[in-house]
Amino acid sequence: MMRELANLWTGVRAAWRREVFAFFATPLAYVFIAIFLIVLGVFTWDLSRFFDTGAADLGPFFYWHPWLYLLFMPALAMRLWSDETSAGTSELLLALPVSLPGLVIGKLLAAWTVAAAALILTFPWWITANILGPADNAAIALSYFVSLIMAGAYLGVGACISALTRSPVLAFVCGVIIAFLLTAAGWPLVTGAIADVFGTAAGDSIATFSFLTHFETAQRGVLELRGLAFYLGFIALCIVLNTIFVSHRRSGVQ
Amino acid sequence: MLDLESLAKSFRGTAAVSGISFSLGQGEVLGFLGQNGAGKSTTMRMIAGVLEPDAGDARILGHSIISARRDAQKLIGYLPEGAPLYADMTPIGFLRFLADTHGLSGPDRRSAIDRVIADARIASVTHQPISTLSKGYKRRVGLAGAILHDPPVLLLDEPTDGLDPVQKRAVRALIARMAPEKAILISTHTLEEVPAMCSRVIVVDRGMVVADSTPDDLAASQPGGLEQAFIQLASDMSDNSA
Ligand SMILES: Nc1ncnc2c1ncn2[C@@H]1O[C@H](COP(=O)(O)OP(=O)(O)O)[C@@H](O)[C@H]1O
Ligand SMILES: [Mg+2]
Repeated sequence: MMRELANLWTGVRAAWRREVFAFFATPLAYVFIAIFLIVLGVFTWDLSRFFDTGAADLGPFFYWHPWLYLLFMPALAMRLWSDETSAGTSELLLALPVSLPGLVIGKLLAAWTVAAAALILTFPWWITANILGPADNAAIALSYFVSLIMAGAYLGVGACISALTRSPVLAFVCGVIIAFLLTAAGWPLVTGAIADVFGTAAGDSIATFSFLTHFETAQRGVLELRGLAFYLGFIALCIVLNTIFVSHRRSGVQ
Repeated sequence: MLDLESLAKSFRGTAAVSGISFSLGQGEVLGFLGQNGAGKSTTMRMIAGVLEPDAGDARILGHSIISARRDAQKLIGYLPEGAPLYADMTPIGFLRFLADTHGLSGPDRRSAIDRVIADARIASVTHQPISTLSKGYKRRVGLAGAILHDPPVLLLDEPTDGLDPVQKRAVRALIARMAPEKAILISTHTLEEVPAMCSRVIVVDRGMVVADSTPDDLAASQPGGLEQAFIQLASDMSDNSA
């Protein structure tokens, strides 16, 4: 048991180091963070008229997080495993006496680290909210925390899919589609339509599987353990599936 | 040190390897010969634990690659066909990553990396991106990675393929330096380098062992030498199965 955990940790650390280095050694991470900040800024400012409301409230800012994540997180995760397949380095990885779940977790954490860096760099919005008036800093901190966890769930989907293809572009497109479904399932437009056709219970139960629903609870300043458990459970499921997809290569199917 | 017991593997109903058995001891350098598609890479991938055999087993110092995969893999250095590498890394970064996966840290990690940089003669390129290296250097970086944890068994899949004569000689020299303490399995389809590198040869055809001999004996078996012996073995098998 202890030996298994030590092996897992060895894999996590090795993969995390390599991937974080790879992200920041190329312009990839910087470009990603810059574009994310610009787009989030434009959406919050322009589309949501952040300053017009004049309130010390980051609601318009957090509102866009899930919708941006569904595009940005698959982009961050698309190369994690597809590159290993196309470059043939998965052959090296599978021959190493290292824990495969460890590598899967380490890669996910590396992409998550880049996402966290992007999120940290949005701090000027938090400062602005405090300048505009007395802000509910506890609610904002909670929203940031749940947003970060939610980013991990989006990355989990992307990483999982990148293990199924050798093409990063295909991984990106499929990742966005699935992430969109997981987001839109909580969109009032969709839940309303489902409720109309199948009844309110159906609309509500679809919504419980949406990333959007659980994030909205957090934005109201409520830390719902059910929501947190949903994201963490979802990430765990992605890690398990990702490991299965990679280890399935040992059977020889390509 | 390495024991193969009737290893077999089919892909979608077509047999790629059908029951290969042999044993390899310390100090032996075994040339694993066969035409393209004979099943050399498939065999080596199964020994390395990358591919699960349909039947049979491979034991590395007694550890089964099936029931004790991680223990077995610790004892293997594997250079896959084409020596895949992370193009975005430098050789030193690549070796550090591999050292991490082997759980090496601190002074152990440093001394292991220094040792293989010296052995593989890649000191002059350690901080250059791998994508900018020549084929010969790339191959040596791959070899350095394979011997980083000083494994007793080496599996090298076409280590000299695609290299120019000078690069080939550098790789052969490295293999010769390591040979005395290890059991080495080298696959190749270039016959000329076999006498220079190997102390024993096994010829495979259609996934089966058709000859197990020394390079000299195999060459003496036919008036045309090694090349003719090789062609003879391959075509005999084709005739029999046709
Ligand atoms: N992953 C795979 N899927 C399907 N067929 C494969 C796969 N790998 C190898 N083969 C087939 O198995 C046979 C043996 O291939 P291989 O072991 O690569 O030969 P060698 O290395 O001796 O050239 C070939 O016919 C090849 O087409
Ligand atoms: Mg081959």
